[in-house]
Amino acid sequence: MIAIIDYRAGNLQSVLRAVEHLGHEVAITDDPDVIRTADRVIFPGVGAAGSTMENLRRLGLDGVLRDEVFPAGTPMLGICIGIQIVFERSEEDDAECLGILPGRVRRFAGGPGLKVPQIGWNRVRFERPHPLFDGVPDGSHFYFVNSYFPEPADDSLVFARSSYGEPFACVVGERNLVATQFHLEKSGPIGLRMLDNFCRWDGVTAGPAGS
Amino acid sequence: MLTKRIIPCLDVRAGKVTKGVRFEGNVDVGDPVRMAREYYEQGADEIVFYDITASNERRDIFIDVVRAVAREIFIPFSVGGGLRSPDDLRRVLLAGAEKVSIDSGAVRNPQLIADGARAFGNQCIVLSMQVKQVGPTEGTPSGYEIVIDGGRTYTGLDAIEWAKRGVELGAGELCVNSIDRDGTTEGFDIELTRRMAEAVGIPVIASGGGGTPAHLAEVFTDGRADAAILASILHYGEYTISEIKRHLSAAGVEVRLT
Repeated sequence: MIAIIDYRAGNLQSVLRAVEHLGHEVAITDDPDVIRTADRVIFPGVGAAGSTMENLRRLGLDGVLRDEVFPAGTPMLGICIGIQIVFERSEEDDAECLGILPGRVRRFAGGPGLKVPQIGWNRVRFERPHPLFDGVPDGSHFYFVNSYFPEPADDSLVFARSSYGEPFACVVGERNLVATQFHLEKSGPIGLRMLDNFCRWDGVTAGPAGS
Repeated sequence: MLTKRIIPCLDVRAGKVTKGVRFEGNVDVGDPVRMAREYYEQGADEIVFYDITASNERRDIFIDVVRAVAREIFIPFSVGGGLRSPDDLRRVLLAGAEKVSIDSGAVRNPQLIADGARAFGNQCIVLSMQVKQVGPTEGTPSGYEIVIDGGRTYTGLDAIEWAKRGVELGAGELCVNSIDRDGTTEGFDIELTRRMAEAVGIPVIASGGGGTPAHLAEVFTDGRADAAILASILHYGEYTISEIKRHLSAAGVEVRLT
């Protein structure tokens, strides 16, 4: 079973519908026991870093994700706010985040022709192979809605970048954790392919996508 | 760098997609869920649904359509038509829409823009406007006036001024529909679109009159639009979205090719 973590963020239903459409067993839950025993865990959503972290702490899920699910090797997928909270700190609300990966989250500088948030389809360039990219052409467009972006402390955590005035990491990962800044569930057939790749992934970064 | 977006528009009445010219003489052209699915497969970047049902009873049919669409297509879609209160917005968002498009409801109660933006985020609020060219007057110095209620009621509001007010109140995108061009396939009102894009710092969606790939290239370059709405030429099968995008790409406009 795939657990979608309910931390009172928006957009959970659209991820649920997409995973169901792909034919996988999935449930939205905030129950730590269900999350601990899930085959895979997705933390999607639209929200602000501060309130998202507050909700995770209140529900007791910050420790479950960082100290139990991640070390256990369970495949984990963060989407949108989910890519931001895995780092140490976010400029948004000056929030202390999960700190699973070293790095921070910054706001887009914006500028002429660069509205913040960016809302729309942007090109994604792969930096290194990942099982999530199986069958997905390099340079495909994905759907973004974000004002902030992750800045990992270590380039080896970056699997793909996009550009909005400046290059930014949009797929990061380490071991059994992978996260995307764009919305897989709203990025058409290519997004669904990547989501399906996650739903079949065994959590081993170096290997091919499981089937 | 974001791509220019092509957004098919489905006007839904009593569970069917319908299309008229300048808001009149509507004929049914198909099933909304089937058509949405087809446009999704052709490479639509987004889809917009307008509920043009008059009675409240039939709104439930429309919400069922929204729910069914959300299970079938995996790109953003927005919903408009008859949205008057934060509860109306909440209902279509819970049914699966990514954004709401508010029009007459915002003219009657501008606070709806602010309330919606606060509750659901600016990115979710599209201020849609029906614009009629009237020539410059004291009340409408831009020469463009806001019209509501499906083109029947003139408001005396200057379109450019109303757009700026909408941005201040929290609108995340602006959808500018030229009533003079609606359904004509004679081309977008380029001047109107460009003046809107220059007046506001949020994305502008051009609507009304798109008939050929050349019209789209023009509205994306000279008109400075971020996105464009198409209806007639798609509904009647004159072009597919993928054909249009190939034309645009060849003309140097960055689009998402699928």
